[in-house]
Amino acid sequence: MTLNDRVVSTTCPFCGVGCTLQLHMQDDFIYRVTSPHDSVVNHGNLCVKGRFGYDFIYNQQRITTPLIRRTPQKPGQRTQAFDLSEWREATWDEALDYIADRQIEIYRRGGANAMAVFCCAKATNEDNYLIEKLFRSLFRTNHVDHCTRLCHAASVVALQMAVGSSAMSNTAAEVAMNDVFIVTGSNTTENHPIIALQMKAAVQKNGAKLIVVDPRRVEMVNYATLWLPEKPGSDIAIFSAMAHVILKEKLYNQAFIDERTENFAAFAASMEKFTPEYAESVSGVDRNLIVEAARMYGNAKNAAIYWSLGIPEHSHGTANALALINLALLTGNIGRPGTGLNPLRGQNNVQGASDMGAMPWHYPGYQRVDNEENARKFEQAWNIEPGGLNRQLGLTTTEIVSSIGPGGVQSLYIMGENPMMSEPDLNHTCHKFEQLEFLVAQDIFINESGAFADVFLPATSWAEKDGTFTNTDRRVQRVRQAIQPRGQARPDWKILCDLAKRLEARLGRPNSAYWDYQDPSEIMREIGSVVPDYRGVTYPRIEREGIQVPSWDENHPGTPSLFAGTFPRGRGKFHPLEDAHMAEMPDEDYPLILTTGRVLEHWHGGTLTRHSWLDDLFPEALMEINPADAARLNIEDGSPVRVTSRRGSIVLRARVTQKTTPGVVFIPFHFHEAAANLLTQDVIDPQAKIPEYKASAVRVAPARESELVNPEARQVRGRY
Amino acid sequence: MTDSITLTIDGNPVQAAPGTTILKAAASVGIEIPTICYHDYCTSNALCRLCVVEVEGARTLVPSCVAKISEGMQVSTHTERVKRARRTILEMLATTVDLSEAPDIQAYMREYGARDERFPEAEQRISPVLDDNPMYIRDYSKCVLCWRCVQVCAEDAQYTYAINFTGRGFETQIGTFFEKPLPETTCVFCGQCVAVCPTNALKPKRQWLLEQGRSPDEIMSLTRSERRRRMRREAAAEQPATGGKS
Repeated sequence: MTLNDRVVSTTCPFCGVGCTLQLHMQDDFIYRVTSPHDSVVNHGNLCVKGRFGYDFIYNQQRITTPLIRRTPQKPGQRTQAFDLSEWREATWDEALDYIADRQIEIYRRGGANAMAVFCCAKATNEDNYLIEKLFRSLFRTNHVDHCTRLCHAASVVALQMAVGSSAMSNTAAEVAMNDVFIVTGSNTTENHPIIALQMKAAVQKNGAKLIVVDPRRVEMVNYATLWLPEKPGSDIAIFSAMAHVILKEKLYNQAFIDERTENFAAFAASMEKFTPEYAESVSGVDRNLIVEAARMYGNAKNAAIYWSLGIPEHSHGTANALALINLALLTGNIGRPGTGLNPLRGQNNVQGASDMGAMPWHYPGYQRVDNEENARKFEQAWNIEPGGLNRQLGLTTTEIVSSIGPGGVQSLYIMGENPMMSEPDLNHTCHKFEQLEFLVAQDIFINESGAFADVFLPATSWAEKDGTFTNTDRRVQRVRQAIQPRGQARPDWKILCDLAKRLEARLGRPNSAYWDYQDPSEIMREIGSVVPDYRGVTYPRIEREGIQVPSWDENHPGTPSLFAGTFPRGRGKFHPLEDAHMAEMPDEDYPLILTTGRVLEHWHGGTLTRHSWLDDLFPEALMEINPADAARLNIEDGSPVRVTSRRGSIVLRARVTQKTTPGVVFIPFHFHEAAANLLTQDVIDPQAKIPEYKASAVRVAPARESELVNPEARQVRGRY
Repeated sequence: MTDSITLTIDGNPVQAAPGTTILKAAASVGIEIPTICYHDYCTSNALCRLCVVEVEGARTLVPSCVAKISEGMQVSTHTERVKRARRTILEMLATTVDLSEAPDIQAYMREYGARDERFPEAEQRISPVLDDNPMYIRDYSKCVLCWRCVQVCAEDAQYTYAINFTGRGFETQIGTFFEKPLPETTCVFCGQCVAVCPTNALKPKRQWLLEQGRSPDEIMSLTRSERRRRMRREAAAEQPATGGKS
């Protein structure tokens, strides 16, 4: 049978790389995905998720009708409803009216502080702009956040403090221009697979030297000249010791320091104590390796640093990121092509959602809410009376969850996120969710969080709507509707506009902000009018190829690498650092360190990929443990183990592998059957409020096969 | 070393940079040379030999995808000798390989008058469809051994090295080491190989199922979790209300 071949070009919905996809369809069924070999980001290469992982949109578990809980939920007695029998179908009008009534009632009673929203790094820029506009303009609350808090929040805060920016400074493909590059806290081959290909080529074809600093022996170590196998949480010591060596051996760039930076003397004095000997005692890394790494980076012509969540997801994540920034400022490896400070962003649109102000301290474009001028500007843009917008910094995701209860947050709206998998210390999160007065979930499946909701609104997937994503190197790219919405599902931006108009009517504030968009391109024009970086981004301009923001006007070509002449804050600021350690050190009762992360085949809380054929490829959680620890604990490859922390306990199979170092175990957080975040703790970084996912103390013991939730789920995998 | 080399292709003077292949130099003046194994984004290996051309003074035909141009070179891309070679290559391929889903090669066959019954005694290369993973199938009866899949799995893109040539001579095939099922190899299922396959020997599994007439719902019900859910339901239905073992 020959298939029809209707093709639509769009952007991948999984990670921050932002690969171009061409969807090949018969009727509305996508049966093949290709990518043009001249595509600017990925050169035709894709990973398993982009190439094969889109099929969740056809999963029969998908919800395509608005649902309302049959049993009204009360704070303190709220339960999870996964079974459809606990829900009744509703019309869109009924569901939206119900939400508007309940939200208004709670808002009138509890005020702005009772209302909170989790925006979505998977949704489009347009969706995120509208949802933060809705909550800020109508409920006057800044309790607006999303999962960036749980990923690169500390990197963003550190970059803002030191240079005044909050994104990758350079384009990922510039790795081809590096002669030395550092990869730290990033399992790049599994989490940014296409950037990893470019890194491998830089090493294999251009002879670039790679330094990996990571407690896991990730695949990139195979390509590294140096691997510094640090203990989790010792990043400040390692990178500051490198700065110490660069200072002692005068490998720094005096001209750059003089012309472009400030606070050098205080910083240099604070590095005195970070001797390689000290760093070795803290990190377990041979002092000679640290010295060698410092010399390699210090002597490089073009050196860049790429990092991911191993740096920010610590109780001292901001300091970790500052340690990296100090290195780049010290050697002048910033502000030129082929250099840079490059936090690899996780989600397809986490950069965009952050740019759109889906954060509690900022309006769109990182304009602080506690700045009078900014507030006035948005009051004018959104047609709000002077003084109407809330000037107080809002709560972050983890703080929103903690504040749930009388006097705190009572009504929560979740667009496409799954905090019941992604927040730390899930038992605590679960307890807090039970206390909610009202919860709305807008998603495509009933996930662990949506199951707590009063109302479920069926949104469309990325293939059923138009919009834009901003990828990790700030490229705003088109997402195109390829198929009709499934069932009664509706695009997020339409749902939000409908709800906003109902709320306006009930609040007696008709025509405040604008909600009558014909299509997402209009929303983007409005974004451009309030976010200077996006002024040059219009749909016609990004029809064929995305534009890298900032793009200041309709003729500005975009900015592949930042900070050529100056930093947004003027001079780059060195930050003196004190050492800090993981909040929970291993002890006799909990002797191992648990670090969490992702695997190639799955995505975050699993809402998408566990409803895909991808789940057949990687169907169960596996705990990676080093052979030395496994032998001591009597654990064999594939045998069940119980992992226990001070907060929870899970049972899963062990994978005995050199991929993790002795004393450290690794568990991915995708699997509800053995949710890694039952074990993690909600201790947070004081500046960025990001939780310490990457280091919790645990103990591991053999378990029985019968204790596994799903013992039949097995799949031999030969990949590293 | 000069910046530019001058040669003639089919009588046309052509200028191109040193290091350019004959294939690219010809393309730059609009002369199209047929190719099968060649791909713009893969390393060329001159395996299929369809791109051969005649070069004045050369004893044999020259594969234009790898042969570099030189000063004063005289190239003919469509002489009788070249056309006969191309026709024979296509006829040998058509005899041994299932080209039913390779429209580009079929078009060349028509263009060069190649007949698939030229070698009636020859043996077909037939192997069963390999369906050993949830992402794509491998139907090596359709494989022309162009080597693109092996190369994108290696240094051309992925650095994964999951597949290579196995066997010798007529038995040559693309395969995994020790013929292991793909999930047990280093394969990461990026599908770069599927993307560059010129004959649909490699094909996304859902495309393959759809072509067999399965409906989208049927296809989605074939995942392991759906199969298991169904088995549990059926088992529950068969169990009598009392006395059932859990």
